[in-house]
Amino acid sequence: MEFFDNHKKLFRSALGLFLLLTLFVAIIPALNNQENNAPLPNYEPSSEEASLGKKSFIANGCVACHTQQVRNVDMDKMWGKRPGIAADYAGITRTDFWRNTATLMGTERTGPDLTNIGTRQPGLAWNLLHLYQPRTVVEKSIMPAYPWLFEIKNEIGKDDVEVIVPDEFRKGINGKIIAKKEALHLVAYLQSLKQTPLPEGKIPMEFLYKKKESPMSDGNKANLPDGQTLYTQNCASCHQANGEGLKGAFPPLKGSSIVLEDNLELFVDIIMRGYDAREEYAVMNAVGTDNNLSPEEVTAIINHEKTSWGNNAKTVTSDDVKKIMDYIKQASKK
Amino acid sequence: MKIENILNEWGIIITIILIAIPVIVASIIVILRANTVVSNYFKKKELEKFNEYIKDLHPEEVQKLEQRKKELEFALSNNELAGETTPIDTKGLINHVSQVEALRFIEQKKKSQPRPYIEPQLSKLILWYLGCATFWLVFGTTVGEYLGIKFVAPDVDHYSWLSFGRLRPVHTNAVFWGWASLAMMGLAYYVIPRVSNVPIASIKTGYRSLILINTSVIIGSICLMAGINNGGGEYREYIWPVMALFGIGILISLRNFFKTIAKRTNKEIYVSNWYIISAMMYLLVIAFVAYWPGWQRGLGETIVQGYYMHQGVGMWFMLFNLGLMYYFLPQQLNRPIYSYSLGILAFWTQILFYTLIGTHHFIFSAIPWWLQTVAIVGSAGMIIPVVAGTTNFLMTFKGSWNKLSGSYTLPFYLIGIIFYFTGSLQGTAEAFRFTNLVWHFTDFTVAHSHLTMYGIICFMLWGFIYTIVPRLTGNEPPQITVGAHFWLALIGLIFYSFPLMYGATLRGLMWMDGKPFIESVELMAPYWMWRAIGGSLMWLSHILFAYNFYVMVRRKEEIIIPESPIDILKAKLELDKQTITNK
Repeated sequence: MEFFDNHKKLFRSALGLFLLLTLFVAIIPALNNQENNAPLPNYEPSSEEASLGKKSFIANGCVACHTQQVRNVDMDKMWGKRPGIAADYAGITRTDFWRNTATLMGTERTGPDLTNIGTRQPGLAWNLLHLYQPRTVVEKSIMPAYPWLFEIKNEIGKDDVEVIVPDEFRKGINGKIIAKKEALHLVAYLQSLKQTPLPEGKIPMEFLYKKKESPMSDGNKANLPDGQTLYTQNCASCHQANGEGLKGAFPPLKGSSIVLEDNLELFVDIIMRGYDAREEYAVMNAVGTDNNLSPEEVTAIINHEKTSWGNNAKTVTSDDVKKIMDYIKQASKK
Repeated sequence: MKIENILNEWGIIITIILIAIPVIVASIIVILRANTVVSNYFKKKELEKFNEYIKDLHPEEVQKLEQRKKELEFALSNNELAGETTPIDTKGLINHVSQVEALRFIEQKKKSQPRPYIEPQLSKLILWYLGCATFWLVFGTTVGEYLGIKFVAPDVDHYSWLSFGRLRPVHTNAVFWGWASLAMMGLAYYVIPRVSNVPIASIKTGYRSLILINTSVIIGSICLMAGINNGGGEYREYIWPVMALFGIGILISLRNFFKTIAKRTNKEIYVSNWYIISAMMYLLVIAFVAYWPGWQRGLGETIVQGYYMHQGVGMWFMLFNLGLMYYFLPQQLNRPIYSYSLGILAFWTQILFYTLIGTHHFIFSAIPWWLQTVAIVGSAGMIIPVVAGTTNFLMTFKGSWNKLSGSYTLPFYLIGIIFYFTGSLQGTAEAFRFTNLVWHFTDFTVAHSHLTMYGIICFMLWGFIYTIVPRLTGNEPPQITVGAHFWLALIGLIFYSFPLMYGATLRGLMWMDGKPFIESVELMAPYWMWRAIGGSLMWLSHILFAYNFYVMVRRKEEIIIPESPIDILKAKLELDKQTITNK
């Protein structure tokens, strides 16, 4: 055929077909998307520290293991309150002339998704310790350590933030471990990662592929979810799987008076609104509220803590917990 | 996992042993090489002395030697029975005579066939391309191997330049743009002039292109380690000025090839050229679209990313390699391709469907639902070109299966073709919404990309390289190390990918079950260990490949001290001649 034997015609048509398809599946949808989406009304542009932190997040290639997208499937529920939408990313523009836009959606979830990490784990002390050496707080973690974001000093300066590292992880280090500016920026960025709430009245997309509710068989535990799983998900990164906490950072729950005594109001209040009463430990965030825990889930966690690691206290019922939670909700609304 | 007792872990020990083996082997090779150099030096000295001695040889001694030479050279004429008539083989029936002289431990495979004359300058250019490619293969996979170890021992080092997030793109980009791309370009410099039946338009352009691409990968790797990257899209981690060097390198070679094809002396454009030229044009298009620094806000970036990364794989590596396959396979089997039309069908359907499938990396994400559906449909459509291509190659093989066992190149071709079929179809399967649910974000993707980029692209490239380099240099690689390369790479790939796919499936199910995330990290530990073991085998096979390449291109220099009267006389004659010309 003439067509196949003429190099100009042949290669022009091959190129033309490809360009046409490119136009329709890449260029036009991309342009459409960037022109027709705006950030949500409640969107807060990030602070200067957070922007600098994002640059260091990019430079260290964190996106290789951490996604930032909540898909509209049920299994992604643990990463955010609602599925992500185009508007969530609309505020992100080119980093600079040399570097492309960084939506940092990622394609690998070797580590947890970070879309909502600022809500889930906002603690400064935890984040710094975790960056210095992830295995101090999460024993099984395989995340790289970032000791070069920290420096060793003999004296703590006026604005210095010290990181209390357990002895087994500070071999050969005699001075104080101080977070460099870069580490603080990086944490500021992580703290800024929060899902923007949808405008009043907007109903979020549904999560697809819902898990089938399995009937709870254990009659004794009054249909409560699995306390150990919930503890691992919500509490263990600070208080540790063995309930012993970390010296100088997170208090133990094993043998803790708050856990063992009968003051349920205080216990629920700490879970729902956080705690900052003891100077020797880091501030605890409002874990229950931040992670949207239900009364049943809170009850399961409390009962797990009351009966594990040698703790042996009376368990509580979800009705009692629910009453206290309702009261707390009302009180905080006022 | 406590850090201090990590060395007591069996897996670590195994990995370390596996890494130590090639190091030990390499040191042995180095020692042997050094030994040869030293003994060569001493032999040279001895030779000089000996030459002095035979220069002043007494005429009587010379006479004696000549006498002895005559005696030694006495032989029967071998015509005692046959007579003086020369046997004539007018029909060329006696061909490829091979003799077996010793017991065979390794089966002797067929030697490479002499082929049409290639200009030495072009030969040299191609060898430079393939040599640089080999370097990037070893470099890139050493980095990859180290990354695999980091999954098992996250605290092996604490240098910012070597941290996981920075090294990962160094690995992927070095093997993409350094190894595979340079190898493909080098092979294209062989294929294009061959099938166009004219010399290449410009050899100089070839060198310019080579320098540009190498520079791009060197600067790119350093930038990534220093923390300068483009913002996270996979295979788009080099910043645009760095990638521009690569693009210019491809552009000038594209012009060079195009000019060569325009001058062709045959009427048709062989289908290899369709694939190769198109792959180069498309690479330039996708790089331009993805890197143009004036657009892609918000999700625009993600849509372009999906398009870019998948076209990079399918329209650059795959298309290019298929083109090379359409040249090398028929030629190695010494029979025409089964169906030219199937090749053409595969060509157009590949363009049509492959271009659509980019966004299947972002299924269930915030990009438009219709675009995700198009991607899934396109992925299903890929069955057509893949089945067409595989059928075509396997039917070409038909009737020549017996050649497989006698050749050291064809097994590479066959594995490449098999992985082309399984790997590509696996990609289709992964794109469906349900499988995506289980496998997306897990290491299944990593296993898949190795089954394809390694199983298809690397195996094909090795097959092609082992085919042409002996033709260019006249040196064959040792068949035992070629065999070892093949088996280690294949077994390594299987150890690497199969456990990873199994573990990733369990992990995905765990996520769907709502289990705590850290439990899924714990679950993966043994599978990551297998990955490190498989990776070590693959890495070892690359060292062997580099060695084979070296054997194929080195110039042999042997020093022989004359011992027999014949050799001594010959040496004297040579030396005498030299003294005359020197005067």
